[in-house]
Amino acid sequence: MNEAGGIYKTGYDAGSASEAGTPKAAFPGARESARPRRLLRILRTSTFRLVALYLFVFALSVGAVLGYTYWQAQRLLHVQVEQTIAADVRGIAEQYAINGLPGVMAVLRARMQNRTPTGGLYLLADPQGKPLAGNLPRLPEEVRGIDQSGWVDFLIRVSTPAGPRTRHVRAYYIRLGEGYHLLIGRDIEQLFQFGRIIRNLLFWVLGLTVLLGVGGGLVLSRNFLRRIDGITATVRSIRAGRLARRVPVEGSGDELDRLAESLNDMLDQIERLMQGMREVSSNIAHDLKTPLTRLKAQAEDALRAGDETHRRAALESTIAQADELLRTFNSLLLIARAEAGQARAGFSEVDVAEVAREIAELYEPLVEERGGRFSLDVPERARITGDRQLIAQALVNLLDNALKYGKHPERTLEINVSVRAGPDTVELVVADNGPGVPEEMREKVKERFVRLDKARSKPGSGLGLSLVASIARLHGGELVLDDNQPGLRAVLKLPERQNGEGEKHATAA
Amino acid sequence: MHILVIEDDREAANWLLKGLREAGHVADHAATGPEGLEMAREGDYDVLIVDRMLPGMDGLSIVRQLREEGNQTPALFLSALGEVEDKVEGLRAGGDDYLAKPYSFSELLARVEVLGRRKTAEPVQTRLRVGDMEMDLLKRRVTRAGREILLQPREFKLLEYLMRNAGNVVTRTMLLENVWNYHFDPQTNVIDVHISRLRSKIDKDFDKPMLHTVRGAGYVLKAPEE
Repeated sequence: MNEAGGIYKTGYDAGSASEAGTPKAAFPGARESARPRRLLRILRTSTFRLVALYLFVFALSVGAVLGYTYWQAQRLLHVQVEQTIAADVRGIAEQYAINGLPGVMAVLRARMQNRTPTGGLYLLADPQGKPLAGNLPRLPEEVRGIDQSGWVDFLIRVSTPAGPRTRHVRAYYIRLGEGYHLLIGRDIEQLFQFGRIIRNLLFWVLGLTVLLGVGGGLVLSRNFLRRIDGITATVRSIRAGRLARRVPVEGSGDELDRLAESLNDMLDQIERLMQGMREVSSNIAHDLKTPLTRLKAQAEDALRAGDETHRRAALESTIAQADELLRTFNSLLLIARAEAGQARAGFSEVDVAEVAREIAELYEPLVEERGGRFSLDVPERARITGDRQLIAQALVNLLDNALKYGKHPERTLEINVSVRAGPDTVELVVADNGPGVPEEMREKVKERFVRLDKARSKPGSGLGLSLVASIARLHGGELVLDDNQPGLRAVLKLPERQNGEGEKHATAA
Repeated sequence: MHILVIEDDREAANWLLKGLREAGHVADHAATGPEGLEMAREGDYDVLIVDRMLPGMDGLSIVRQLREEGNQTPALFLSALGEVEDKVEGLRAGGDDYLAKPYSFSELLARVEVLGRRKTAEPVQTRLRVGDMEMDLLKRRVTRAGREILLQPREFKLLEYLMRNAGNVVTRTMLLENVWNYHFDPQTNVIDVHISRLRSKIDKDFDKPMLHTVRGAGYVLKAPEE
């Protein structure tokens, strides 16, 4: 019991065990560790990594664009302020040049009275720093130390209805003759506020981007992980023997769906093959049981036989029976080898037309002996890359078939062998005028041990056409059974070159 | 004929030895590769029957080794590997014939006897003669008792093979392999028709037949007993 439990536990990892609803009491702490572990799993998914990378690049780009815009806007606004101040400075400097200090004071006073809110800030102060004119209450500390003209930034305190506020000021400082100070500036508090707003915006946009990105990534990864888990679970349960299970398909047609579909196709094929294997094994068992039973009966007959001739006859038919069995095994082995594709290593150039001529020469007398007519229709040459012996074997099987089953009770047997060399395939055709194969059976008879003759009264193993079909597949071609109207028309389609073989020949040429 | 059987499967070896001795041959047995090589070197054998898979040393190596030492005793490989490439490999290693398991004893015996004769066969011949039948290989002419027999090219080849192996049983598979150069296994007896056609040309008009059917084995061409 203990051991079985142990195996059960090791068969599933903790993640799926908790999902599957295994009693958690047996694993104290499993619940606590499950959540971070699941999160860890999500963080490790390729989707999440992709999203994180994308997010990083995206945030970097957004930051760069917004940062550049901010910097440009700030620069432009500052330049504008400076240009306004510079124009003001030029005007006042002219007055000073013409009228001296009193001229400047007159201008300033006029500006003060003129109440038009230009937003200009002015101060004229005597060499001791005592204000003489202007709307600034006193000379700011920042200016006192300087003895040259130039740009200065300082803070002023103003009283507003909401209380005192500090405001940023940019100004041009001029040292007039005899030590008088002149300040011409503008309140740039708005500029600062604008900058602050943009900075906040930048922060929020970036923050939100990252937040949405991480959230989206988690959701996407979870979705991805869930689907991958679905596939894994299916594979596990198939491995446990439930072959009918299939990978869930969402129906969105995305790449995971495509993966799931091709996995399902593969599973279908495997199931079909296994089904086929099962059928073949039971067919083999059945088809070998009958001749073996007969063999045994004949051997017993030989044992019982009183006189020598009877014994001899019984033994001879025992041997014939055994030969038949051996032939069946040989065919099975040949099919297995052809299916395994090993024979491809021995491929060389084969002239199908020549093989057809030679085999025709071998079979023609036999057909005539059986009262049939034989005709041959082959071109000079029809070369492919393949195995001469196997192609001959295929042709012989088709001819044996035509001889065995192609005879119609009311017609003279006619067998025609023809070869047609197409642009890249060679067709080897054996046609007879017998009863043919019903359309619904044409695929079926290519399978192992399938015979039209259900009673199995005629000799044959039911492997002839399967071997031909395997040989066709080995050569990258196929066996097609058609209606010869009347009769059967078996077409062995052989591509001129094997896949991938073409290049080799091309370079060799 | 003195035959060495190198085969590790005791049952198969006994069956072979018994059959060969019943057919009138002297047969020895070696159960391992090295033992077989040793016996083949020492003894004066007419034919070696060598299993491909052997303990100690495989069949291919034994024959290759013997050929390197200048020993040309004809060798027949026995193998469970029936593929054409395996056969080619065996022949390349210096084997003279190849038989895939399972095989029938009559097939093996026919092949062994043909191989044994080959050892003593004369060098290049331009004329073959069996009884009153003569074959001129250069002029492609066949006569029996001085009368010319007209043969198709394939019939000529078939008769040539039978004449070269006159007195020995040749099986249908041997004929298919040597006259037609195909190794398949026909379900129908295509060879029989060719034999009967040849027979009608070489035997029909003469009192004593030369081409005989051996039941359960094959055919034999031999000079009529006087």
